[in-house]
Formats: sequence, structure tokens, C-alpha cells
Amino acid sequence: MRISCAGADAFLLDMSEGAFQDAIQKRIWSLARILPEQPGIKMVIPGANNLLVTFDDENHEAHDIRRMLHMLWAEASADEIAPRELVVPVTYGGAGGEDLPYVAGVTGLSESEVVALHTGAMYRVAMIGYSPGFGYLTGVPPQLAIPRRDTPRLAVEPKSVCLGGGFTCVTPSRAPSGWHILGKAHCPDLFDATAADPCMLRAGDIVRFVSA
Amino acid sequence: MLEVLTNAPLNTVQDMGRPTAVPYGVSCGGAMDRDALMLGNILVGNDPGAAGIEIAFFPFRVRFRKNCVFAVTGAPAQVTLDGAHLPPCWSMMAQAGQTLIIEVPKKGMRSYLTLAGGVDVPIVLGGRSTDIKAGFGGFKGRGLQKGDVLPCAKVRLPPIPPNGLGLSFRPPMPGKEVPELHLLPAAEYDAFTEQAHACLVNQPWRITTHANRVGFRLEGETPLTTRQPLSLLSHGVMPGTVQVPPAGQPIIQMADANTCGGYPKIGVIIEPDLSFLSQMAPGAHVKFRVIDHAQALARIRTHRQHMRTLAQQVATAKTCIITQ
Repeated sequence: MRISCAGADAFLLDMSEGAFQDAIQKRIWSLARILPEQPGIKMVIPGANNLLVTFDDENHEAHDIRRMLHMLWAEASADEIAPRELVVPVTYGGAGGEDLPYVAGVTGLSESEVVALHTGAMYRVAMIGYSPGFGYLTGVPPQLAIPRRDTPRLAVEPKSVCLGGGFTCVTPSRAPSGWHILGKAHCPDLFDATAADPCMLRAGDIVRFVSA
Repeated sequence: MLEVLTNAPLNTVQDMGRPTAVPYGVSCGGAMDRDALMLGNILVGNDPGAAGIEIAFFPFRVRFRKNCVFAVTGAPAQVTLDGAHLPPCWSMMAQAGQTLIIEVPKKGMRSYLTLAGGVDVPIVLGGRSTDIKAGFGGFKGRGLQKGDVLPCAKVRLPPIPPNGLGLSFRPPMPGKEVPELHLLPAAEYDAFTEQAHACLVNQPWRITTHANRVGFRLEGETPLTTRQPLSLLSHGVMPGTVQVPPAGQPIIQMADANTCGGYPKIGVIIEPDLSFLSQMAPGAHVKFRVIDHAQALARIRTHRQHMRTLAQQVATAKTCIITQ
């Protein structure tokens, strides 16, 4: 694990070893669960095979926090979160999935083969971030792990099912994005600021897509 | 109760944001010039993080519907209460029916209006600030509009001399000189070339027109390059982080920054400098000065102590008003 400064009161813990690994992420979930109970820790944001931690720099010294983080990471075991399982119907292609032909072209597959691969896989929520309720889903079949667009779109509609850089997602809100749009999801809103549990997706959850 | 008399989509209710909601993908948010909001709250006897109004679009006019102690801080503008001028960084008792006008500031970009008791909008995800991008929090999740009536928490109004009460201390505002922003090296600092390290601190960086609550894009003559192309997995990002996309022109993440990103991070600007930066306009220039953790902590702690001293001074002054 590499620890770097992310502010006077923040550390970035980078556990990545090249491409994203589920096994590392499970240990990160475990660490993220334990950390908030430790003295001096204020906030924990799991990233993709990394973790950002902020601490109380008024009452705690950075080197003490750093030492504790090393120790806890060494002890962290893979966390098996009892996952919720969600099935999301998707209308692939057409107006709500304008990049399906492009993805088929780049991967050398037919459009129906792309859909079959995307619906055939089981995905897990690796992390929530970027925008409210946005879940990064891992488990994308290797044939579909294509680079993002060179120029991001200024706005992608809510509930677009997208592919980008080895991840897939359902967009919670209208936002800029460099990911490729495969289709439109038919599911409840992914984020509700007024709910006790505001995000429909939670790290560790399992998501499957079915063709609507 | 405060009635807004001007349409001002960029004027929003802000507090210190919702840091505990960041793990849900929600921006930290809150006031861009946190020092100014804090000073305003100190002047009206609130907790430093109570909700006030961030004004980024001028002139701004409001009418008080009830007697209210208020303060205007941040960018020094011409402020009048029913035509009477108020000094900068000043708090005052307004009578019901009086109109407050805040004109375009001569320096700086954002003024803050605070009210005794604070703007009493519902707490959403731990904060009262407006998340304009996501459309929640603050007053109906949006910028203020003519006719909006903002609720104000009921409190015993703090004692104020007839002509009000102010701070002799004036927070620094951007002027003609090019300010130095103190930067802590971040994760990928060492991945940049020696030339990039030199350019970072030696060349001026112009604030482009892409400068808003989400981030400030900068432009310098020589772009910053890494020794080799970097491909990073997404990671958490805090306000103040200086990211460098492949084109080599830095972006400083501000209050409404996305919670994670994957661009290389050359450094993080310390918080007191972020308040100062938020008062700078597009076209202005900044420079960076790299400091180590001990220096950063010393500056931050001195700054916090200074704010606490000011709070104590104001509180002491108010006690004297009661006893006289």
C-alpha cells in the first residue's frame, strides 16, 4: 500500500496493482468499515482499489494516523458483504443507447452479441462516487472493456446504461460523461437526498441487467 | 424572515457543506469563501458554520420582514440599509420593512449575508448548503429568485450598538499583485518532470473563464507533463486538489467538485488559500509555492487560532454592550 498526502488532514491510500482487482476492493471495504470507529478519523471515501481518509488534525498527528493506517491495512481481511441483488431491465440500442453500434464496431461483435455479453455477466458495485448515487460496477466481460470516449459528452441522460474503462454503470442524474451509452434502464431513481439510505446501490451489491 | 427582491440564480444558501455525505457521491459543497461565512456568523453571534447566503451575482436586494441582526462579509461591496451606508465586515440590526442592497464589489467575487440564528432551511444529508448540480439542499435546491422568502431561525437577537458593530480586521482580498497559493505535493507530484516542477512554481497561471463552484481551470505558457503517461483508477478528491489532465493545464477542485476522479494530482492547496482563491476573477493570475506538511499545518493552525481570537473579541465586545 502507498500512502500519499491528499491535504493537510487527508491521506490517499493506494492499494492498486495495475488493473482493478475485486480481491483488493473487498479488503478496502473491510478497512472502510473499521476506520470510522478509530480515534481521529473523520471521513472515509472508498475509490477503485484505493481509499481516501480525512482526520482531525487539531488533536492528532499525521504520523500517528499514518502508522495506524498501515497497521489496519495489514490486518484487513476480505469483507464478504451480504449483497443485495438487483435486476435492472434495459432497452439496449436505439435513441437511449446511441453508442451500441460503436461498441459493436470497436469490439468486432454484432450488436446482439454485445447485448448478450452485457446481460450475461454478474456485476458488483465497487464504489459510489463522482455524482450522487453513481455506482461503479465491476465484472464487465473483457471483450467489452474498451477505453472511454476521447471527448466526453457534456450531458448524458439519467438512467443511461454505460460502459467505460472496464466499468459499467447506470447514471443517476444528467451529467457529463466520457462513457459509451448502451441503453436505457427501467428502474427506480438511484438517489434520493431525503431518504435515510439515499443510494439505491451500495458497495458490494450485485447487479444484473436484462433486456427489456 | 427575508424576502429576496432580485432574481439571482448564482446566489445560494450555503453553510460548511456536507462532508459526511461525500461517500454517497455527494459533493462536499458549502461556502466557497469559508472564512467570510465564518466571520459573518461570528459577527451575528451564530455558530461559525450556520447557513448564510453566498452572493455571487450583484446587485442583490432583500427586504427584512422581521427585526433581524445581520452581517455582510466577503468581497467588499457598497452596502446600504434603506440608503444608509454600512462599512465592510459589519453587523447591524435591521427593522422589519427595511431593504438591504449589496452592489457589485470593487474587489473580490463573493459576498456573504448572515443572519442571527442562521437561514433555517431543512438539513439534508447533514448540511443546509445548496447543491446546485444535484438540485437539492439550500432553498428548494436552487439559486434564489425574486419573491423567495427565506426562513430564519428564532433566536434572542444579539446586542448591537445603534450604529452596528464591525471588525477592524479585513480579510485579505485579491489585488493587483499575483498571490502565491501554498501547495502540498500530492500522490503524483514525483511523476511530473523536473521542468514541470519548475514551471509549477515559476510561471504565472491564468484563471480561465472556466472558473465556478466546481473548479477553477488554469492556463500557463508551458503545460505540466508527467515523465510517462499515467493511467490511474478513480480515487476520492477533496476541494483544493490540483489535478492535471493530459493537456497539462491544471484544474483546482473547488467546493462543488465531484467526489472522485482519475487525473494525476500534483498537489493540494491549503484551506485558507482556497478561501482567498474563491475571491479571484477569471483573467487574474496566481502562482504556486510548494510547502511541506509541517509548514502547511503551522499556517492552518495559525489561521484557525486567528479566527478563534476574532470570535472571542466579538463575544467579549457584546458582553460589554449588555452590561453598560
